[in-house]
Amino acid sequence: MQRTFDIPRELMTDQELLQPGVLSCQGCGASLAMKLALKGLGKRTVIVIPACCWTIIIGVYPYSALQVPVIHVPFETAAVVASGIRAAFDARGEKDVVVMAWAGDGGTFDIGLQALSGAAERNDDILYVCYDNEAYMNTGIQRSSATPLGAWTTTTPADSIKGEPKKDLEKIMLAHGVPYLATLSVAYPDDAVRKFQKARTITGTKFFHLLSPCPPGWRIDPAESIRTTRMATLAKVFPLYEVENGRVDISVQPQREITVKEYVETQGRFRQITDKMVDMLQQNVDKKWDELIEQSGKAVS
Amino acid sequence: MKQVIKGNHAVAQGVRLSRVEVISAYPITPQTTIVEELSEICASGKLDAKFIKVESEHSAMAAVVGSSTAGVRSFTATSSQGLLLMHEVLHWSAGAGLPIVLANVNRAVAPGWNIWADQTDSLAQRDTGWIQFYCESNQEVLDSVIMSYRLAEQIMVPVMLTYDAFFLSHTSEIVDVPEPDEADAFLPPYVPNSKLDVDHPRAFGGLISPDLYFEGRYAVHHNTLKALDVYPQVCKEFSGAFGRDYDIVEEYETEDADVIAVTAGTITSVTRIAVNSLREKGHKVGLMKLRLFRPVPTERWRQVLGKTSKVVVIDRNLTAGLGGVFASEIQAALYAMETRPSIIPVVAGLGGRDVTPEDVEGIFNYALTHDRPTQKPLFWGLKE
Repeated sequence: MQRTFDIPRELMTDQELLQPGVLSCQGCGASLAMKLALKGLGKRTVIVIPACCWTIIIGVYPYSALQVPVIHVPFETAAVVASGIRAAFDARGEKDVVVMAWAGDGGTFDIGLQALSGAAERNDDILYVCYDNEAYMNTGIQRSSATPLGAWTTTTPADSIKGEPKKDLEKIMLAHGVPYLATLSVAYPDDAVRKFQKARTITGTKFFHLLSPCPPGWRIDPAESIRTTRMATLAKVFPLYEVENGRVDISVQPQREITVKEYVETQGRFRQITDKMVDMLQQNVDKKWDELIEQSGKAVS
Repeated sequence: MKQVIKGNHAVAQGVRLSRVEVISAYPITPQTTIVEELSEICASGKLDAKFIKVESEHSAMAAVVGSSTAGVRSFTATSSQGLLLMHEVLHWSAGAGLPIVLANVNRAVAPGWNIWADQTDSLAQRDTGWIQFYCESNQEVLDSVIMSYRLAEQIMVPVMLTYDAFFLSHTSEIVDVPEPDEADAFLPPYVPNSKLDVDHPRAFGGLISPDLYFEGRYAVHHNTLKALDVYPQVCKEFSGAFGRDYDIVEEYETEDADVIAVTAGTITSVTRIAVNSLREKGHKVGLMKLRLFRPVPTERWRQVLGKTSKVVVIDRNLTAGLGGVFASEIQAALYAMETRPSIIPVVAGLGGRDVTPEDVEGIFNYALTHDRPTQKPLFWGLKE
């Protein structure tokens, strides 16, 4: 099992490719996530950004907070624009440049899923990162298919909180046979940077699912942002693992275990959750964790 | 070398001769044989291009937005529903000033399902900022691919060339296919001014405030209008190299005409026959073929149509609640003339219904015998 905190630091770039002046909210996970991504990937990276929080975070024209080339694209096109850029860079002979699609959960789980499936099926040599804050946060907290069971959003209001579980996107992506899939969290930065470094070395479609806290949407204190996100992994709601060529490895073994109840109690968005829903969440979490333990160290596809 | 080829193959040969580097497309009848032939051309190494076989037309257009922004010559082709699905990304690519070339086979829009000729699909994209060429023959189709890249890359505006389903896409004609060195001499490699470049990082297409968006859009408009000056130069060079001339509009027997018909696409060929026949019978009728549409060549339209007192516009397209698109655009373009011809709007041949020389003679006869044309379009051949 891969230990955390054993990241080869000499590979990490000293350059700060994310500049000050980003327009993210206090405690936003998405800007930190980008910092970690570029620490791992370095300068020879092109970023594709569909409609998402990062459309705003990067800054208003003529400014850009990123010291790498960026193209903004329509909501549902991140993966395939990345495919087009990949083809062009291959034609230009710049095969070492990483083309990274950087989309939110709405742009990935929902509107962008078709283009993502197409790119993954073709195994285009791109890195697709879904920074998942579990709702349409940029438009003001509406439910997506990544919103967890029992969460409040403006479209799943208090009287009608979300009754459906979060879509299991990892299973969908693994069914495409992608050569590398990983889950990442801004609360585990060393693990995240290591995975970005690894993505650089793998040809084909790399899919990253990165948990990114949203204090206004999760109804948490911005100061608690990282602590809350770490609890998602401790509660195994968001386990950190990777699947390379079908082989599953748990990346971070929770140092202490907490219950789903303890996790949801930290967030205002779960204020209306029922005990029954918490039980359902706990059962889902336990089942998936058992599956992960069972699969760990083995080839699953 | 002269070959007998279909319109779709003419497109594929034009793409090969343009040395396109990235192709992305999704199959749709009647565009399919373009995709098939391009796949073979790429597989055989006759063209060194990456062909991204995507899962939808929306993605086809988005893929070439990526490749074109990365600075390589890019191509896609579609038809009808596929073009409609691309609509969002058509706006995007024109707004971004990407010199992409798209071949669209003009096909009717559903429902009901109809795969035959109709120009509603491309005319529904007239507000996207793409330059459009309407082609009449397979030779014009092939030549237009090469000319489109010259124009697009000079003014940084995407170009759509369109031609009628089956009447051209699946009909064989003699086409003079240029030699690669001849095409290379006319169309040099694409050298973008800016592109996605890790050594010179820039952000493309991001958030822009009301303080600057307006000027950005004006720049797109301004660049599109440049086609009116640049395209004639492209034509002149093309004509010098290949001996074939494709003006913004083509005039036929217009000088003394009592009525000038305006057409686009293959109805033009039929109308030429009707003009000849009516001229033999002593009627002074003429023809203006529309080729460049968007930007609107207002001055050229006024100059040609100002020669007559009566214009009949034959539209193989329909915008419900108004009529034909070309008629409406020509009415608008001519309105500010001090003396302007009367305009008779006619809608004909929707969904591939045949429009024969006799039909066009009938339309001319209607125009010749009606002095005060109604604003309402005449639906030629409409069954009661």
